[in-house]
Amino acid sequence: MTDSTKSIPFRASAAKAVRDRGLRAALQHATGVFTVKRADAFAGADLELWRNEASEIRVQVLSRLEDYLGRFTANATSAGAQIHRARDAAAAHDIIGSILRDHGIERVVKAKSMVSEEIHLNDYLSRIGITPVETDLGEYIIQIAGEHPSHIIVPAIHKDRRQVGTLFSEKLGCTYSEDPEALCKVAKHILREEFLSAKAGMSGANFMVADSGSIVLFSNEGNIRMCTTLPPLHIAVTSMEKIIPSLSDLPKFVRLLPRSATGQVLTSYMSVITGTRKPGEATGAQELHIVIVDNGRSLIVNSEYREMLKCIRCGACLNACPVYRTVGGHAYGSTYPGPMGIVYTALLEGMEKAHPLLDATTLCGACGDVCPVRVPLPALLRRLREERVERGLTPPSERFGMAAFGVAAKSPSLFQYGQRAAGLFWPLAVKMAGKEVLDRMPVPADRTFRGRMS
Amino acid sequence: MRVQLFGTCLIDTFYPETGEATVRLLRHFGVEVDYPRGQTCCGKPADSGGYRRESKKAAEHFLSVYGKSGDPIVVPSGSCASMIKNHYPELFKDDERLRDTARSVAARVYELSQFLVNVLRVHEAGLIGRGRITYHASCQLTRELGVTEEPLLLLQSLRGAEFIPLPDADRCCGFGGVFMAKLPEVSRALAGEKAQSVISTGADTLTGCDHGCLMNISSAIRENGSDVQVKHIAVVLAEGLQ
Repeated sequence: MTDSTKSIPFRASAAKAVRDRGLRAALQHATGVFTVKRADAFAGADLELWRNEASEIRVQVLSRLEDYLGRFTANATSAGAQIHRARDAAAAHDIIGSILRDHGIERVVKAKSMVSEEIHLNDYLSRIGITPVETDLGEYIIQIAGEHPSHIIVPAIHKDRRQVGTLFSEKLGCTYSEDPEALCKVAKHILREEFLSAKAGMSGANFMVADSGSIVLFSNEGNIRMCTTLPPLHIAVTSMEKIIPSLSDLPKFVRLLPRSATGQVLTSYMSVITGTRKPGEATGAQELHIVIVDNGRSLIVNSEYREMLKCIRCGACLNACPVYRTVGGHAYGSTYPGPMGIVYTALLEGMEKAHPLLDATTLCGACGDVCPVRVPLPALLRRLREERVERGLTPPSERFGMAAFGVAAKSPSLFQYGQRAAGLFWPLAVKMAGKEVLDRMPVPADRTFRGRMS
Repeated sequence: MRVQLFGTCLIDTFYPETGEATVRLLRHFGVEVDYPRGQTCCGKPADSGGYRRESKKAAEHFLSVYGKSGDPIVVPSGSCASMIKNHYPELFKDDERLRDTARSVAARVYELSQFLVNVLRVHEAGLIGRGRITYHASCQLTRELGVTEEPLLLLQSLRGAEFIPLPDADRCCGFGGVFMAKLPEVSRALAGEKAQSVISTGADTLTGCDHGCLMNISSAIRENGSDVQVKHIAVVLAEGLQ
């Protein structure tokens, strides 16, 4: 959890993003492609059944989360892994920092991990003199640009290839190109040297499997396999809710996750890592640490927001969200953007900071419809709005207006009085509410429908 | 057959002609329309704003006005209908006094197109239409009530009119009730995209089942300098009665 309680200035950032034509074109293109590919990938599938099955497994895990974590810890330990539990970001920093320092590590290759973003790991590593090198192409672009991911699956979704070309030529000294293949080659060449010389690799984990002690990772670029098998030391950092009971449950998530995330039936690589390298094995880390981060989740699991923790981080709700598609991830000013991001930010970072994000939804329901594990996102968003009201975090004018509404709604005569007043005072209302809102509304009719029905 | 009509705030205040068209349609198909005088608002604006206490006040009033009859309740708005049908039972789930009333009222609610197709079978009546019509599938209608086919059946049945599907018809137009006032820049951008999409169909009329969305899209269509007409589905259908 962060100590900053200053609220996120969402309206201002969103208004700025709306004016950025390039950003909007990039977002519309990318989210549009993912939406179409997702639909194609699920064509003919019994999607509702798949969603139910995955949701039930997640619910079962969350109802006895500590039991499953205990089983995972025991089984991963017997396979040779060392398990660490981190209560918050600072604890995770201490654990990871001391492992790396004990091994005299100065440079670490990193696979993409949103939990490492959540705990601001790269900033911490840099502060203690360790250089993290992001190896996912999108993350690499973001890292050399000095930015943060704007999408949980596609971190550089806000950049088009011309921007990447300019960035590479400025920061890496290569000749300008906007050909994705050529740009890929530049990064590949640099990253290959990093992989071969790395003494330590870091990754996240999409799933922890309780009954085998394995961690499961999905990737398209092969960089995750390099990070986790080439260096002698591998540290995986993940969050406590990402447990599934057994390897036999894995297919039920394999069929949902890549399809929901990128519209692929399967990613190019899927790694199931069980402990350390065994005698006779050619690859694999000799030392494996798994850092399981809580950072507020043990409070969520016992709250009315438990179902948020079913989330498997596919990003489908971002791609489906009309607000995300229009403003992109950076406007949210949080690690996780989009519908799941609003809920996570409010729960993990506190309502004081996150409450303006609760405006960033039309409650259109598209997020709930695409969620592969049936996280009831619209209901959670609405509940959080209620909590914001209960905690007095909405503007006084709005609270007053709503209180007046509550009174008028119980009295037809007051209600009609309100309507007549609205008609009479319409020009004044236009001035007060701001032109940009009321200019888009018609003027009240001379005679209400109620009046015409009498 | 008799129904109770819930006029909705937007129709009552801004679009009385849509209310009148609804009444004409229902009467034409032999339905006696009861307009309860005590009606106000369903509570949706407070509900989506997070004002549970205020939304409950409006809901309690609604239940007191509509709770006594057993007649179907017809609502010419997907979002108001969904508020009553889906949110009332949730609002009163721990309220011993009103839980059952909330459930029985919810069970009597029909969004207008639902009632016209599933009860009156108006799509088989061969109403007259005109021009090229496209249709915006509003969010709560589509995703909360699950009403996807009924409006299409009605519009496709109009003799003399051409129905043109709207690309990404069920994508949010950016109205969102309080959203429009809280994030006007984003709301306007979304409405602009929807308007572009409407204009690209070449239709001369946009219709839908929710006046909130239609109002939002209509202003964006005007901003684009287009003369596409925006009409509630009740108005489009009632024109075919003449």
